[in-house]
Amino acid sequence: MQIKFTLNHQPVTLEADPSMRAIDLLREHCGLTGPKEGCSTGECGACAVWINGVTRLSCLMLAAQLQGQSVVTVEGVNPDSPDTLHPVQEAFVNCGAVQCGYCTPGMIMTAAQLLACERTPSRERIREAISGNLCRCTGYHKIVDAVEAAAQAMDREIS
Amino acid sequence: MKVHLPESLDALWDLLDQHPQAGIMAGGTDLLVSLRAGKQHLPTVICLERLAPLQTIEPLDQTLRIGAGVTLTRILENSLVHTHLPLLHKSVASLGSPLVRNMATLGGNICTASPAGDTLPALYVLGAKLSLASAKGRRILPLESFIQGPGKTALAKGEILDSVIIPFPAGFGVQHFEKLGQRNALAISVVSFAALIRTQDNLVQRARFAWGSVGPTIVRSPQAEKALEGNPLSLEALLRVADLARAAVEPITDVRASADYRRRVAGNMVLRLAAL
Repeated sequence: MQIKFTLNHQPVTLEADPSMRAIDLLREHCGLTGPKEGCSTGECGACAVWINGVTRLSCLMLAAQLQGQSVVTVEGVNPDSPDTLHPVQEAFVNCGAVQCGYCTPGMIMTAAQLLACERTPSRERIREAISGNLCRCTGYHKIVDAVEAAAQAMDREIS
Repeated sequence: MKVHLPESLDALWDLLDQHPQAGIMAGGTDLLVSLRAGKQHLPTVICLERLAPLQTIEPLDQTLRIGAGVTLTRILENSLVHTHLPLLHKSVASLGSPLVRNMATLGGNICTASPAGDTLPALYVLGAKLSLASAKGRRILPLESFIQGPGKTALAKGEILDSVIIPFPAGFGVQHFEKLGQRNALAISVVSFAALIRTQDNLVQRARFAWGSVGPTIVRSPQAEKALEGNPLSLEALLRVADLARAAVEPITDVRASADYRRRVAGNMVLRLAAL
């Protein structure tokens, strides 16, 4: 089946099995290894991508569902200047919010989505927002620090 | 496996007619996990996500009609749900995680018919009705008659759940939901409990209770409800209700909890009403 969609802000057309999972299409056909497969059951959030601006789990989507949609992976999270880091990525680096790094792409997608909707979420709100993204290394504290720091940096930029 | 994404109900009816063995997929958060685990095999999957009529939330005469394909996140964001159906709001907020709720739908949670379905106890006490549509037309069925057992519903071949009709619980000042899981996010409930209570002059006039994860389907207990009516919402009255609740439930032992524990908690959850 021919699947046409927008991938990281560029139109793509692929020939693929419509019943393969979206994550496999992205990783194996498109070479984007940002989305990670952790649990394959929707519990870890490592595979999170944006579909039409909403964070969704690419391991629980079929390739056919991407037809005509706009898909953004962590590789395309900073479209205005793709060679620099998104403020959330920068904050993750500065706050030491990355240990093994496996959950990081999913965390970044969830956090950047949160900050696109809410300028200054509370720590409690940040914890709730990332409650579907599992991290076995950091204990979450530095991740919440990073999202908070990114919110402040982005808020400064706007005002 | 073939995948279809019909964009109109007419196209859907044709597909359901041509592919009687097809699986119907809403958000996919249950179906795709089950397919990957090899628990079921399907020659064809028909996705409902592009059907506009399943995507609307609209008020109608003191009820809210929620399209079966509306995601749980959209339900949480809806101001009418917030204002008129706080009980539904609480139960939807307890399901999965924000990422799961961005995909999972109310219709999916109902049609999966899990004994642990997080929205079901609230929908039972709210008296939700279901609109079932097929090429032949529509029929309305109370949720309680629709769900027949674990994973078993009254959905006929060629039929889909198109919307859920939920009456506003006018006059019910107490709208309580509690879910006990092994953690906060992404937990399958061990026991859940929904209650609606209408009081007058500090006496309970009408009580509606439903428990999840303590039987093959959601458990109601008219005896427990009657036992509270006419009484104040006191610990003394609730202790009697809790005993009736423990007698009504039919829990099993599984990886998450023992039957004894579930029975005890199902009663204890009722006592929480004394603190409201």
